[in-house]
Amino acid sequence: MASHELVIEGLRAEVEGREILRGVDLVVRSGEVHAVMGPNGSGKSTLSHVLMGRPGYRVTGGAVTLDGTDLLALEPWERAQAGLFLAMQYPVEVPGVSLEDLFAESFRAAGRDLADVRDRMVAEAERIGFDERFLARQLNVDLSGGEQKRNETLQLGVLRPAIAILDELDSGLDVDALRRVSRRVEEATTEWGLGVLAITHYSRLLHELKSDQVHILVQGRIRESGGPELAQALEAEGYARFGVDESVDGEPAAGVAADPFADPFADPLA
Amino acid sequence: MNPVDTVTLPPGPGWLEARRTASGERLAAAEVPSTDEEVWRYSRIGELDLAAYRPVPGSPGSDVVEGARRRADRVVGERAGLAVVVDGHLAHVELDEQAAAAGVVLGAAADVAGGEAVLGAVFGARDDYFGALNDAGAPAPAVLDVPRGTALDRPIVVVHHTAAEGGLSLPRLAVRAGENSEVALVDLAASEDVAALTVPVVELDVGASARLTYLAVQDLGPRVWQIGTQASRVAGQARLVSATAAFGGDYARLRTDCALTGRGASGDLLAVYFGDGDQTLDFRTFQDHVAADTTSNLLFKGAVGGRSRSVYTGLIRVRPDARGTNAFQTNRNIKLSEDAWAESVPNLEIENNDVRCSHASTVGPIDELQRFYLESRGVPPAAAERLVVAGFFDEVLGQLPAPGVVAELRRRIADKLEQQP
Repeated sequence: MASHELVIEGLRAEVEGREILRGVDLVVRSGEVHAVMGPNGSGKSTLSHVLMGRPGYRVTGGAVTLDGTDLLALEPWERAQAGLFLAMQYPVEVPGVSLEDLFAESFRAAGRDLADVRDRMVAEAERIGFDERFLARQLNVDLSGGEQKRNETLQLGVLRPAIAILDELDSGLDVDALRRVSRRVEEATTEWGLGVLAITHYSRLLHELKSDQVHILVQGRIRESGGPELAQALEAEGYARFGVDESVDGEPAAGVAADPFADPFADPLA
Repeated sequence: MNPVDTVTLPPGPGWLEARRTASGERLAAAEVPSTDEEVWRYSRIGELDLAAYRPVPGSPGSDVVEGARRRADRVVGERAGLAVVVDGHLAHVELDEQAAAAGVVLGAAADVAGGEAVLGAVFGARDDYFGALNDAGAPAPAVLDVPRGTALDRPIVVVHHTAAEGGLSLPRLAVRAGENSEVALVDLAASEDVAALTVPVVELDVGASARLTYLAVQDLGPRVWQIGTQASRVAGQARLVSATAAFGGDYARLRTDCALTGRGASGDLLAVYFGDGDQTLDFRTFQDHVAADTTSNLLFKGAVGGRSRSVYTGLIRVRPDARGTNAFQTNRNIKLSEDAWAESVPNLEIENNDVRCSHASTVGPIDELQRFYLESRGVPPAAAERLVVAGFFDEVLGQLPAPGVVAELRRRIADKLEQQP
């Protein structure tokens, strides 16, 4: 089994001049599942975007390495080729481009054999209940939110990265689909030693995807880390002890009244 | 100014001579247009030196015809007929037995039965300079006439070749699809690497309930100027699909006029274009809804790289009697370089209230997030760009009436992308 290590040290980043990440430290190794939870605006999605190098995000400090390679010095495609994968919260529609086009170019750049790509696509689709007729579709075009998430998971299975960031993978998936997708990810951790960084607001994902460690991200910093019991504690209390009135199961937190002055237009993706 | 009065055209029947004479007189009185005219705005007409080009007197050698035939074989494959037009002269015609037996006519308007009725039926006497120039000086107007009720299962191919250095070529093709007929026409325009001016006119007359598809592929050399016109008239319940793929030319202009004159007529107007280097690709479209319950659907998509430019201006006109019109017009452009430039001006002129019309136009660089998505899967930037641009054109290519030609167009688009710095 391969042994890889994603090391995030003191990562700071800003968007449009506003500092969102204020020093994040995390280590994800092969075979491990780490959950990063946090309330709206805590910087969860920013963390995923910064790690993959999405345009519009500026790193202002810290370091990110994968097996010692400085990821922040690489272009997004080079990060992917180095073994990083991002399952996006909102996968982008790319009209006129098929999954096979994407795999062909990605494999070609990596010098990987293309011969069995088609078979692997079909096998991966079956494992997660992704209708085979979607394989010929234009990327993410006319797919429902849940289909898009399965499509992301399928790509993870075909590309076989060292480390996968799953950004709100559960959103859009019904219980059954979430279970199958979670099974697939868990199996990957033993199949080829995938390391997982699962970013989520709600504990729902963690009921299906067993995590080794849970980290609470608040205002751009990891405020607490622990085992799965930390997610359970959060489920009971919400994010209240971090000074935020938000539940983690989609319902108002027990004993905490919803903040009547909360900004209803607050960006839940920040 | 009449640049064609100095040459002797091949003699024709009286009606053709009369037509030429009348157009020659109009031409002598007409002015070369300028960018002051709305329809020539953003064009490079001011750079045109007409005196630099001379009408080409004769027909070419047989090797040119052979080359054209090979091109038709390669790009289109099986066909029902072929006409090769070189520098405006009709150099070769072949028509398979089945089509001939059905009464299909392909040949010189001067020679074939019905030539007089077909030529000029859609694109009649025009006051505009280049229309009159073609009318007065086309040495060998060609006709494709498909009788009523005839359906051809393979396309007719016309190869327009520009070969003479310094030549002014005036090709003319008039098509009549008879009532309830069905025909596909593929028009391949190419050239030697010469400095030349070509002023082609294509007329498409679609009879009641007929189905005509026309696909023009313009792949002229980098020093050729084209000032082209494509005019169509669609009768009741008939359907026209007219598509253009434009890649070549120094300045290549195409004016597309589609008149829906019979109740229930429909016209799909499609184009893909890709400019690079110092090219200018210039499109003017007119969707003219004359009759009730007519539908037009226009989708033009282009990319500009290098220092190239594209111009799109379009007008949907809905006449007072055209109630129940559906008219759509979409022009989208991708700028592949900082120095490239694309102009897009859609317009509506509506004189009836019972209509559904829309227009949309965009000019912008390759979508940053689409590129990022592909790159995040390990696709290198150049390949990601290639995929996004090819995908952008796919929406049009998927609707093209000649699927056999699409592979060639994809190749051509891929070539153009390869050439981007």
